Amino acid sequence: MTPRPLTITGGRLVLPEGEPVAGALRCENGRIVAIGNVSPAEGDDVIDARGALIAPGLVDLGVFAIDKPAFHFGGITRAALMPDQGPPLDHPARVRFAAQSGKPDFWVHPLAAATRGLEGSELAELALMREAGARAVATGRNWIADSGVMLRLLRYCAMLGLVVITHAEDAGVTGAAVATAGEMATRLGLPSAPAEAEALAVARDITLAELSGCHVHFRQVTTARALDLVRKAKARGVPVSAGVTPAHFMLSDLELADFRTFCRLSPPLRSDADRKAVIAAIADGTIDVIASGHDPRGPEDKRLPFADAEPGMAGAETLLPLTLTLVRDGHIDLARAFDLLAGAPARLLGVDAGRLEAGWEADIALVDPVRPWIVDSDKMAASAGNTPFDRRPVEGRVNALFKGGKLIA
Amino acid sequence: MHPSTPTSPAAPPSARYPAGGLAFPHRDLTGIGPLARHEILFLLDEAEQWVELNRQSQKRAEVLSGLTIINAFFENSTRTLLSFEIAGKRLGADVVNMHAATSSVKKGETLIDTAMTLNAMRADAIVIRHASSGAVRLIAEKVDCPVLNAGDGQHEHPTQALLDALTIRHALKLAPGSDLNGLRVTICGDILHSRVARSNILALTALGCDVSVCAPPALMPAEIEAMGVTPFHDFDAALKGAQVVMMLRLQQERMSGQFIPSPREYRHLYGLTLDRLAKAEADAFVMHPGPMNRGVEIDSQVADHPTRSLITRQVERGVAIRMACLDVLTRRARGVPGWAEEQGVLA
Repeated sequence: MTPRPLTITGGRLVLPEGEPVAGALRCENGRIVAIGNVSPAEGDDVIDARGALIAPGLVDLGVFAIDKPAFHFGGITRAALMPDQGPPLDHPARVRFAAQSGKPDFWVHPLAAATRGLEGSELAELALMREAGARAVATGRNWIADSGVMLRLLRYCAMLGLVVITHAEDAGVTGAAVATAGEMATRLGLPSAPAEAEALAVARDITLAELSGCHVHFRQVTTARALDLVRKAKARGVPVSAGVTPAHFMLSDLELADFRTFCRLSPPLRSDADRKAVIAAIADGTIDVIASGHDPRGPEDKRLPFADAEPGMAGAETLLPLTLTLVRDGHIDLARAFDLLAGAPARLLGVDAGRLEAGWEADIALVDPVRPWIVDSDKMAASAGNTPFDRRPVEGRVNALFKGGKLIA
Repeated sequence: MHPSTPTSPAAPPSARYPAGGLAFPHRDLTGIGPLARHEILFLLDEAEQWVELNRQSQKRAEVLSGLTIINAFFENSTRTLLSFEIAGKRLGADVVNMHAATSSVKKGETLIDTAMTLNAMRADAIVIRHASSGAVRLIAEKVDCPVLNAGDGQHEHPTQALLDALTIRHALKLAPGSDLNGLRVTICGDILHSRVARSNILALTALGCDVSVCAPPALMPAEIEAMGVTPFHDFDAALKGAQVVMMLRLQQERMSGQFIPSPREYRHLYGLTLDRLAKAEADAFVMHPGPMNRGVEIDSQVADHPTRSLITRQVERGVAIRMACLDVLTRRARGVPGWAEEQGVLA
């Protein structure tokens, strides 16, 4: 069922560059047909944005669960689903099912498991999964430890034209660690590993990206040293990119005090110096993507001693407001914020989304960037309230969300 | 409750500490970390009377009669469990031991469920040992009675640190109320995995000691100097000037190549022999929380040394310290004068 033509007026358009400009946007047959100085046509549904931002719906690169209420709350219209499902997305049929699982009001772009069972040894059927709708390949929650497997994977994916999204922590160094080595982990007696475990993994995968020509995207880069490696590799023209979640630019390992399991994340929270390095890397373009890493976990996974708890946070609802703190603090402008949240992830997935562009799917969020609210883990739209940002006052909220030109939230 | 029950038979001089419950305004004993210096000294002083009592042939005080104390041990233990059991019984409490380590209780929501079950049985104090750091605190948040940490993962083992401090104070013939200002203590062994080391570092530095820690790099925690200690890898250098040497137990599984190539190699570098002990101050005392790997981290001549080894004395003070902790933490519920609930309890 195609929605009626829609015109959104009285907003401020978030365009790929520059400050938002006052204007309107018109959609027909679920697609954007005109942007800028447009007026509603006869018979259009008309929505007055009342000065809100008219922004592209967010494209969340790398979530662990399809949790529509949380995504819609957060202005997310598409998400790339990590292959770490039960069972893993290592078979074309599962990928095909996952690709359909959100429609029509939410689009899921499955990430194919790089290896069978995500075990890091045998390549999965990547070309068949691409046919079934996989938009990229991911190593899952873990690093592929065997460099020979990783090289063969990257060469194969270079041929198929698929980006490989990897987890960057040297598993031999991290072992059973649940925290970054440092004063906090020492005082709490938590198993910890040096932050350099990340740089080790990044250094290897940059080398293999260069060797294979395959685009490697590091889903989360959270340390100064690893970010420096990515920065230099990009300058050399190596096909690499990097992402992060708000936790690593908002929080440091000081949050682990009192054994707060909502702060048990993978990779673990880092030092404050690393947190600042993440902000600098977002500002200078070393980091391309900010994602939620949405991973709702109930008390059975979190109401446990810290080291026994599962990692992960429910991040979809706080993704946009926390990213907007970077705009408010002057590190990036609004156009860049939406490129980090929507434009860049869509380009990595090779989908026509993440930008207001005539002819593209009308995935649109009306955002009030200064509307204040307080994060409350007891009242989240997500299927579980495991947010490390509980009780934090934030600014920025989605007033309305459209998927394919249809109002969904 | 039994408000008429006499409290401590010979209350120690109270002038050194805030009156009544203000002397120890904590509901639980989850670690040394939350305690101030005077609160540590208060517990040590409270234990003095129980050291005396434990040396009598009649060792019973009916301070906790009618109270139920549950020892919930989610990890195997012989001596700590026994010590807590004796402490509770000597104070007249009904003591029940739950060996969760050998039952089907492992982890997961069952940990909270177990805590809720113990709570529903109206325990008056719960003593917990668990293999995960922070587990005791998690349970403490869920139950209504005082919780005592008998060791949580690699985090803390507060009663061990208290009994060590009391043992040192007695060995140095210091009066009640004294701290250990200026004493040079060297702790050697698996610092990384040791809750005893963490609690002792916190207690000894709070009491004014100059603490050194010694371990091979793989068993030394990152940024340990932030806890106010001096790290060493060379045992001989760490022993120089030491007045007390605390040896830690090395778990067998850590000596099979993962951390240490072999027990004999560990002994070569870190075993406390009589010759090595000579590098410390003359008449330096030797301590070990037990159980010992004789011939690995400590030689029998050292462990059994009649004047320098404090190891059996540590065990003796352990009972007294645990009696003091059980007594102090249950005073509010028992309605001891000055310890009423409205005095304001810190979590």
